[in-house]
Amino acid sequence: MADREGLTSDRRRNRLAGPAWLPWVYLAPALLLYGGFLLFPLARAAQYSLYEWDGLTPSSTFVGFRNYLAVIGDPRLREAFGHAGVLIFFYAVLPLAIGLILATILARGKVRGRGFFRVVIFLPQVIAMVVIAVTWRQLYAPDGPINATLRAVGLGALARPWLGDYFWTLPAVGFIGTWVSTGLVTVLLMAGIARIPKDLYEAARLDGASAVQEFFAITLPSLRGEITVALTLTIVAALKTFDLVYVTTRGGPGTSTTVPSYEVYRNAFELGRVGIATAIGIVLTVIIFAINAVVNRIGDRE
Amino acid sequence: MTAPSGRIRAALLGAALLATLSACAPGTGQQVTTPPAPTASGSPSGVNTDIAGVGDVTLTVWDQEVRGGQNEQIEKLNAGFQDKYPNVTIKRVSQSVDDLATTLRLALTGDDAPDVVQANNGRNTMGAFVAAGQLIPLDDYAQAYGWQERFSPSILKFSTYSTDAKVFGEGSLYGLPQTGEVVGVFYSRSKLAGLGLEIPKNWTEFEAALATAKQAGETPLVLGNIEKWPAIHVFGPLQGSTVPADQITALALGNSGASWTTPENEAAAATLQGWVEKGYFNEGVNGADYDAVWQGMTKGEGVFLIGGSWLAADMGAAMGDDLGFFVPADAAGRYATTGGTGLPFAVTSASQHSDVAAAYLDFLTSDDAMQILVDTGNLPVNRTAELAGSAGGALSEVFTEFGKVAGSGDVLPYLDYATPTFSDTLGAALQGLIDGQLTPAAFTEALEADYAAFVASNG
Repeated sequence: MADREGLTSDRRRNRLAGPAWLPWVYLAPALLLYGGFLLFPLARAAQYSLYEWDGLTPSSTFVGFRNYLAVIGDPRLREAFGHAGVLIFFYAVLPLAIGLILATILARGKVRGRGFFRVVIFLPQVIAMVVIAVTWRQLYAPDGPINATLRAVGLGALARPWLGDYFWTLPAVGFIGTWVSTGLVTVLLMAGIARIPKDLYEAARLDGASAVQEFFAITLPSLRGEITVALTLTIVAALKTFDLVYVTTRGGPGTSTTVPSYEVYRNAFELGRVGIATAIGIVLTVIIFAINAVVNRIGDRE
Repeated sequence: MTAPSGRIRAALLGAALLATLSACAPGTGQQVTTPPAPTASGSPSGVNTDIAGVGDVTLTVWDQEVRGGQNEQIEKLNAGFQDKYPNVTIKRVSQSVDDLATTLRLALTGDDAPDVVQANNGRNTMGAFVAAGQLIPLDDYAQAYGWQERFSPSILKFSTYSTDAKVFGEGSLYGLPQTGEVVGVFYSRSKLAGLGLEIPKNWTEFEAALATAKQAGETPLVLGNIEKWPAIHVFGPLQGSTVPADQITALALGNSGASWTTPENEAAAATLQGWVEKGYFNEGVNGADYDAVWQGMTKGEGVFLIGGSWLAADMGAAMGDDLGFFVPADAAGRYATTGGTGLPFAVTSASQHSDVAAAYLDFLTSDDAMQILVDTGNLPVNRTAELAGSAGGALSEVFTEFGKVAGSGDVLPYLDYATPTFSDTLGAALQGLIDGQLTPAAFTEALEADYAAFVASNG
């Protein structure tokens, strides 16, 4: 009996394992798609970034790392990366702060219609970015609803062309990002809070902790994982912003809202500088990886 | 089990990937199509104008004639061409002008390149395509069809390049435009009457009218400039009133021998900035939408709008006879303003049917086609003066003014033709000038830097 059993389980294992190439067959569809549409283009972009090529002529010149030096040396491109840094604040930091407050309130208190609020907060995530951008462009118009409201309540002095002001346009664009990201962050954090054992709060309350103390002693440390995920997602979104800027300002006024992705597009398709464009893209990819590596390193540390 | 370990496997995979990559540098995978050299002179021997005899042909055309009247005319003409030559089928791909500009590059280098494309005259579009050998010179066809007689040379100049595309405005012909364009001042007749103003004849009278309108509490001049380029069409005519036409032409075509940092250019910039400071413009010019602003003017918001003739059809449809159009004269009584042609149609070197494509271009720009353009509310590039009568309302004024400028004045090229980056440089600089970020002197210096760098690199 024992022998036979051993035999069958052995045979079964063999049948399950199959020939050595079998796992590759299972992986093939995903691997081919991933390789063909992600790894290969990425490698190709890295290669293009070493050439000077206009995207049209059937010849190109190998220039080594000169495109990268040009990217670092161009003040306009450095400015674009700086703007992306500002957008991180609006896409990631601000939504996290708002999200923590909202999630704590929604999860703690017995708020009537919690499901409704959760849907409303999450809604911006579902709408296409282009639609959001077109809508906000109208809201921000010089005689649009925002300025009209300001004037109606006697704050006319604050009314301005939100997307045509050298100082305010970047924050105005960034705020759209805040509006979009907050829902995602809040819902993530609410799920995290729901996971925290209730007896922790009970114990804290018995010890006489205030709501604020509870938040810093229990909620915040328990949400480390969710915060890491939220920051990773929103920082990536901030750094790769393109559609929002393209639709609202096209980098203007002047160059005050240019972002790296927009510069990739401009260089590749408008100016025909494919080498520079791909170099910007590669630099952006490296920066996104680096920032998120740091975020995750901090997030994972116990 | 002799399968290589994962690490070796990955290394092999990487090596294979690298091998495939290094096999071809960017661009070298494409088919190299050398454009036929233009024959020196005389017999247009390689040219066939008998299209009925070429068999069944599908002609793929990429155009940007998407707005109301534009779409109407091209559909009529396409139908007409297919009626005339039943063996030809036109496959039309139409996109907005912005989309066309970005997709054309990829399309021309792809395997399924269109036969006929509508390409912006400027150096970063038509010039780049000519330099890359992707458009064919049309000189032989011009001779066979008599295009030099049909078009005014000042119009054909804007689609003429040297075969290496270093010189713009001289050399071989690469495209034919259907429509003319002229930038001038639109106004509301009833508003002008309400203010007790006559139609200004020159820039001095125009500025006086702006001041009067301001005092009366109207918005004298409206502009939506969030897109960056609309202000180019305000600055262009203004520059035409202070800077000699030959200098503007050299600057705008990116040819050597001119400079932006002249007192005249600075004066034009100072005038524009002065209008902002005096409050002649609507509030928040840089944050306002181009389309929303001209639509606002049709609803009574604003007295004047400086813009291109392409607005006449849509604004006229909303305002009727209330809409008027004029081009102010300079101090010497001469008319010089930004203008030119609609996007020219060109034939790609990838086309297998260049004879059919050329016949199509000929058909689109024929005398009969000009009448269809008028009927559909467009400004035809030829026969403009004689057809002015058959256009109604503001359009007939646009025709008359275009005739005046093209006939006895100077059609100044769009300033953004100059260099591949100039549209962006000028657009950003104008936003800075309007906002007060840049002084007129700093404005001209920013433009000179772009222009001079291009002229130097272009040899």
